[in-house]
Amino acid sequence: MLVMEKNSLSEEISKLVDLYGKDRSSLLPILQGIEKNHKYISDFAQQEVARLLDIHPVEVYSVVTFYSFLTHKPMGRNVVRLCQTITCDMFGKEAVAKAIERELGIKFGETTKDKKVTLEYANCLGMCDQGPAMLVNDQVYSHLTPEKAIEILEKLK
Amino acid sequence: MENKVKREGAVIFSDYTRGDAVKKAVSIGREDVLFELKESKLRGRGGAGFPTSIKWMLTAAAKSDKKYVICNADEGEPGTFKDRVLLLEYPELVFEGMVVGGYAIGAKEGIVYLRGEYEYMLKSLQDYLEEMRKDNLLGKDILGKKGFDFDIIIRLGSGAYVCGEETALIESLEGHRGEARNRPPFPVNTGLNGKPTTVNNVETFASVAHIVTKGGAWYSQHGTDKSTGSKLFSVSGDCKKPGVYELPWGTTINELLKIVEAENTKAVQVGGASGLCVPKAQFDRQLGYEDLGTGGSIMVFNESRDMLHVLKNFMEFFVEESCGQCTPCRIGNVKLLEGVEMIEKGEYTFNYINKLKELGETMRISSKCGLGQSSPNPFISILENFKEEIFNNGKGGK
Repeated sequence: MLVMEKNSLSEEISKLVDLYGKDRSSLLPILQGIEKNHKYISDFAQQEVARLLDIHPVEVYSVVTFYSFLTHKPMGRNVVRLCQTITCDMFGKEAVAKAIERELGIKFGETTKDKKVTLEYANCLGMCDQGPAMLVNDQVYSHLTPEKAIEILEKLK
Repeated sequence: MENKVKREGAVIFSDYTRGDAVKKAVSIGREDVLFELKESKLRGRGGAGFPTSIKWMLTAAAKSDKKYVICNADEGEPGTFKDRVLLLEYPELVFEGMVVGGYAIGAKEGIVYLRGEYEYMLKSLQDYLEEMRKDNLLGKDILGKKGFDFDIIIRLGSGAYVCGEETALIESLEGHRGEARNRPPFPVNTGLNGKPTTVNNVETFASVAHIVTKGGAWYSQHGTDKSTGSKLFSVSGDCKKPGVYELPWGTTINELLKIVEAENTKAVQVGGASGLCVPKAQFDRQLGYEDLGTGGSIMVFNESRDMLHVLKNFMEFFVEESCGQCTPCRIGNVKLLEGVEMIEKGEYTFNYINKLKELGETMRISSKCGLGQSSPNPFISILENFKEEIFNNGKGGK
């Protein structure tokens, strides 16, 4: 990581800390903010957060690795999360999953080479009456068919 | 995405104008709010069914400079989506229920813990809170009542099912891993930041708004003796009309199946992945705390579904979502899933499967929180109720 990048990341994190406060209870909102802007929380970012909140970096690492929407490995610019829980599964999740894998040329858990999309499974998204469903970043799409899912992915930048 | 409520019942979806509950609460006073709540016999709508009035009275009685009202909107139980509909369509009920809660227990801060998966509704909820501030339903001296200050903030989760457990939720709000705490002490004494805290489900707050407005006696005339009022059921699976239904407690599964137009039903999973699987022979059972208490998740399976596959899906869910803190849950769920895979491949002995059922019983009593205590439910109930289909299917195993 370049020094300039480090400096700008430090600045960004201290802004988040100013916004949410220096308490331990601000940790999640701060990490969520970093995840949103950078699509992951690097070791350096974790150390910076720890320094500014005056806690041990391991504490930050343990929180990052606990929550499935916080990641310490770089994700793609868009994160697609297909619901794998039972009702979505019953109404054609598998066909949608295969279609997406073929179209993107990656498996679940992987990121496309151009860093455009990371593909993951999620547990119940609360759209059980309209499955199959998926989250694309923070937007939810329901009543998916293989065709409809691909159409949605094609619009991603 | 659509948000159709398929059936509006007489309680939660009865007439309501914004501000009603707060106005009424302020006019009748703290004591009477708690009294009406007691009269209503409302029980927590998240699934556990703890009497709400007791929770609130304990928090109200606790002495502290700071108290909190938390709305648990970490709706993660598979098959549950009523909170999504309530928050999107009826935020006034939920938020005003919280304001009334703040008034009754003497809290100034309310927090909505919204699951990360629902981030798409964050903007509209925050806009709604802003409108409430303009109408003085939030903020300082609410509706002219001196000294009654209350405001609500929304905090997002980050994709962890276990944070629906109230002490794990509090841990998460404090910036820690979502690992459940030992209880006691209960959050009513030692909750968020060690202060008295009441944590209630979204639907509980929505019910409170109606109870305060229309009275506890009005509420308790609906439903049955021990299960008063009505319940929102999230119905999904093999039926023609999936969606959210408001039905009085005491409705039988048969009646519900008719309403949602389900045909050839083989099994109904009541209470989500951590609930019970009810076979056809027991469809005359009632939904209610007397018989089948539930948070409202109803998943319908017809004759074409493979129940072992359903069970496998549930166990995979628990293996992923166990927080890993206590051993019975962390290891137990993995062992139960392995057992399901053995049955799937036909490489099992009944001796071992029975051992696993015993392990399930052990998990029920020795796990630290509700997750591990209830995750063996599907394993035990599906293997018991569908043993013909699973073990005597003519395939026989290897």
